[in-house]
Amino acid sequence: MKDSLLTVEGLKKSYGADDVLRGISFDLKRGETLSLIGPSGSGKSTCLRCLNFLERPNAGEIVLEGERIGRVGTGGRERYMTDRELAPQRREIGMVFQLFYLWPHLTVRDNVALASIKAGGMPRREAYELAEEMLEKVHLRHKADEYPERLSGGQQQRVAIARALAQKPKLILFDEPTSALDPELVGEVLGVIRELAEEGRSMILVTHEIRFARDVADRVIFMDGGHIVEQGAAADVINRPQMERTRAFLGQVGESSGLAT
Amino acid sequence: MPEVFASILTTLLAGAVTAAQVAVGAALIALVLGLGLALLTVFTRVAAVRLVIGVYVEWMRNVPALAHLFVIYFGLASVGLRLSPKAAAILGLGLVGAAILCDVFSAGMRALHVGQREAALSVGLSPWQALRCIVLPQMLRLSMPALGNYASQLIKDTSIASAIAAPEIMFYARNLVTSTFQTPLIYATAILLYASIVFPVSWAFNIAERRLGAGR
Repeated sequence: MKDSLLTVEGLKKSYGADDVLRGISFDLKRGETLSLIGPSGSGKSTCLRCLNFLERPNAGEIVLEGERIGRVGTGGRERYMTDRELAPQRREIGMVFQLFYLWPHLTVRDNVALASIKAGGMPRREAYELAEEMLEKVHLRHKADEYPERLSGGQQQRVAIARALAQKPKLILFDEPTSALDPELVGEVLGVIRELAEEGRSMILVTHEIRFARDVADRVIFMDGGHIVEQGAAADVINRPQMERTRAFLGQVGESSGLAT
Repeated sequence: MPEVFASILTTLLAGAVTAAQVAVGAALIALVLGLGLALLTVFTRVAAVRLVIGVYVEWMRNVPALAHLFVIYFGLASVGLRLSPKAAAILGLGLVGAAILCDVFSAGMRALHVGQREAALSVGLSPWQALRCIVLPQMLRLSMPALGNYASQLIKDTSIASAIAAPEIMFYARNLVTSTFQTPLIYATAILLYASIVFPVSWAFNIAERRLGAGR
């Protein structure tokens, strides 16, 4: 039995009267890849963004290796952390965005090295070495001197993955990392994510690539309407869903992704 | 004739020095105050702050700069604060410029996708580092064309300081005209003088814009 890395308990988030998350609880074990699937608007991206407090949840606990994320104090003195206080915690959690968000005014190398220098206090040379090592992992070392806009979408997303890896994070969050890519570029990004999963990294992946989730994730959570409908081993949830809503969803996406085979 | 031209040029050049001082002084006030207001209005959670800044910006931009100069020069004098014409011009054009640049900078920051900042926070940069390393450089690049326009407009606008007797180019030009009656020659020289300042400045901005654009 692997030990627990992340515990999420009773996570709630609403925008005005719109309840996006209605109490999400789950556990992530060290080295595990967890996939969040579900229809658009089911709250999976919001859930992911709450984990590093890019969205501030209204209620719930997030604990990473025994450390409470985003809140300090107890009882009446409890309060949310400021962005400044959150910085060291966010450094433990890498994030890969749907639209990459590479910084266009910096070279690929600087994109990957910047946080090591500024937030990690690493000497520039060392940060550059680490950056090139991480770029090697995503097979883009030869693009280190380019600016992001000169790269394809798939290459940009792989640089974004290298940037997250350079944080040496305990956990990496992927927010629909292939949804903005042309179909022929999806494979190279999924390939890198698969390699990371095989290395035993702890990852949470929001995705519409159901087949990929089944093949790469250890566990799958199916969300709908701000609830967790079903969770379990990836193959179980996707091949033998227990709940009617899961079946309906998988039936819909299965037709287009050839899942039945 | 050449001596006449030489004396006209010498006098107007003295005016050009004043004009340059006014432009640089006003630009410094405008940059610092404009950036401060833009940051406040983009990042504040207090609606009243945004409202006050919005009113300031609209007020300064929708009243002629000349009127602002009169208010500052004569208005402040009437309550006992006597500024030199040059100081009044620097302050007046600086305050107007701050409103213009507040608009320019806040538009530049809003044009940046919020994800740029989120990515910076997600790798563990502090809000200040995210601002300095990610938001401001990109905002500046987006603002370059507007900054170039502002700079050349500001240099031309120093001419209105002649109305409060700041000894700049147009002030000396008018004095020379009344004493020598060389009207066409004097104003032609003044025009050439403005052009020879404004052209290099906008040219420098064009180059800077292209340089910054290279890393896109």
